[in-house]
Amino acid sequence: MTQVCLTATALAILIVMALALTRAVLGPSVYDRALAVNMFGTKTVLLISVIDFLGGRQEFLDISLAYALINFISVIAMLKFYRYADLHRTDETSASNEEATPT
Amino acid sequence: MIIVDLLSGICLIAGSIVGLIGAVGVLRFPDFFSRLHPAGITDTLCASLVLFGLILQAAEFTVVAKLLLILFFLLFTTPSATLALAKTAVQGGCTLPNDKGAHD
Repeated sequence: MTQVCLTATALAILIVMALALTRAVLGPSVYDRALAVNMFGTKTVLLISVIDFLGGRQEFLDISLAYALINFISVIAMLKFYRYADLHRTDETSASNEEATPT
Repeated sequence: MIIVDLLSGICLIAGSIVGLIGAVGVLRFPDFFSRLHPAGITDTLCASLVLFGLILQAAEFTVVAKLLLILFFLLFTTPSATLALAKTAVQGGCTLPNDKGAHD
């Protein structure tokens, strides 16, 4: 029964990932795509954890842990790049240049 | 042990259903700020339920610790990413369909 539940969960997460990918392809604005990619990354972490229990391999949890952090960093970096068109910019420089370079 | 297995299965299936509802909402809602709502809410509950169902099946302490760490990170990073996304969209000029860009 446990294996059946795990398999059903893995299949449901795969369907969720397919729907999120559809929204990422269809999305009219870049924010819709960022939202869908963030959701896709979260579901990837869950899928790797479920596969760990399906296959009985302990190493997959470490990969899942690293992926959770990489996903957050990548979404924040992409949003910052879209907002400022520059990853090096900080809050002090953005406050002084706010009127000079409207984004 | 059969009760723990049953509880774990219930948590896993409930997490899957919540995730599917959120994915359908993200796909079908009309504008961006409506889509933030199912994505932001169901990500947290789906991750919590699935990871709690996995914790109930874990045999060793290190596995439980790693799963709790993953849950801890997801519970902090997913709402932060949603908030950053919403703030970036508002500052970048993404408006509601009926709102003619007049948010001051």
